[in-house]
Amino acid sequence: MMNFSYARAESVGEAIAAVSGDPHARYIAGGTNLVDLMKYDVERPGRLVDITRLPLREIAATAGGGIRIGALVPNSDLAYDARVERDYPLLASAILAGASAQLRNAATTGGNLLQRTRCYYFYDVGAPCNKRAPGSGCGAIGGVNRIHAILGASESCIATHPSDMCVALAALEAVVHVAGPGGERTIAFEDFHRLPGDRPEADNTLRHGELITAVELPAPRFGPHHTYLKLRDRLSYAFALVSVAAGLELEGDTIRDARVALGGVAHKPWRVPEAETLLRGQKPSREAFGAAAERLLQGARGQGDNDFKIELARRAVVRALEQAAAATPQRQSDKSIN
Amino acid sequence: MVYVSGAPGAVTVSLTVNGKPQTLSVAPSTTVLDLLRERLHLTGTKKGCDQGQCGACTVLIDGRRVNSCLQLAVMNDGREITTIEGLGAPGGLHPMQEAFVAHDAFQCGYCTPGQICSAVALLKEGRARTRAEIRELMSGNLCRCGAYTNIVDAVEAVMGAGASQEAAE
Repeated sequence: MMNFSYARAESVGEAIAAVSGDPHARYIAGGTNLVDLMKYDVERPGRLVDITRLPLREIAATAGGGIRIGALVPNSDLAYDARVERDYPLLASAILAGASAQLRNAATTGGNLLQRTRCYYFYDVGAPCNKRAPGSGCGAIGGVNRIHAILGASESCIATHPSDMCVALAALEAVVHVAGPGGERTIAFEDFHRLPGDRPEADNTLRHGELITAVELPAPRFGPHHTYLKLRDRLSYAFALVSVAAGLELEGDTIRDARVALGGVAHKPWRVPEAETLLRGQKPSREAFGAAAERLLQGARGQGDNDFKIELARRAVVRALEQAAAATPQRQSDKSIN
Repeated sequence: MVYVSGAPGAVTVSLTVNGKPQTLSVAPSTTVLDLLRERLHLTGTKKGCDQGQCGACTVLIDGRRVNSCLQLAVMNDGREITTIEGLGAPGGLHPMQEAFVAHDAFQCGYCTPGQICSAVALLKEGRARTRAEIRELMSGNLCRCGAYTNIVDAVEAVMGAGASQEAAE
């Protein structure tokens, strides 16, 4: 690990001033990804600004019937919050599908959004990687790419976003609250993460010095009709090969609206509004779900080792929508998929 | 806000470790794991992967289980740390330590301190009711010897003892 200087911020304003004034400074909170990457010399900040003592740990009700989650709420506290368990079980389930109990205790809400890809070439400082070292090339294209993207990839990068929580936040249409040197702003979740294009070093649309202060959820919509289905190489404590967050608004046996987001397949949680529109007014059926899955995966392209993901994702979408329609969400401790 | 440099000894941290106050000068890059092992010589906490992937370094910070290899000591100033040495010792073992012995829940023993710290926290969290839930919520602790079946037996035994004690009270 490279040496770095350290300071503890006592206020949001102080933290923003410290990071925005220094291009080599970074915020640190849970540290579960940043410290790991610093040990590999993938991340080499000159300064760390510790934000863990800032007052961003509350989960508060909003006027619109939703909740506002402070950026420093640990993943475990969020998943086990009584209101989240009751009103946003899709979010609770996705969080519990990820990492381990130890990591969830340390990792924060804001930090979860900012975790970086687990692409092997990104982590290996001896390998080319346009995300880590822009212009150095991509080792994964034509290399070992079982875990890589099938959607939205570019010629410079085929990395995937690793988060489970973010897949649920995409389906729940969260809003990210940000404070920075230029003041405060909000970012719709779909605009927060970006596709790699020719600038894969930028995972998201935050500017240097901007700090996530909260993640807001609109009022709950899906009742019991949701699921988070995660498929991976081992049954726990592994990143998704493919995951699906699904929520359905049912009126009798008719789908009034739907939200579906995929994880493990792209540089960001993957949503296609047209696929959701296809489901509107339909009765839940394998055919209707299959059509939505086809639309979600339109343009999917394998890289060799990950070709299997296209069919896996198609089937996972259908299964997840069946689970959501039947109000039988996947339980994360139950390793059989029904 | 004052920056401290990255040099060894640049920053002073005060921690309570297994009930005992400790004040040490460290570098900002010093992890809780290295502080415990190299500075306080509490070598019960093991360094496995040093990347947050194996759980061997699990300790309790303010009662919550975390990977100590990913915790910077300076960020834990003022906190309370419990390691395997703080849970129990020969002659006065923690019930979870006794259960690991009784159920032969290890082979080489390297992952065991982390397993036990993790299991103690698991019980306190109260989220596991079934063997499947124990397995899922203990998945952050790898055992290369594959003693998982007996580890789950040990955890289940302590959990069951706790439940019957509660029922009796």
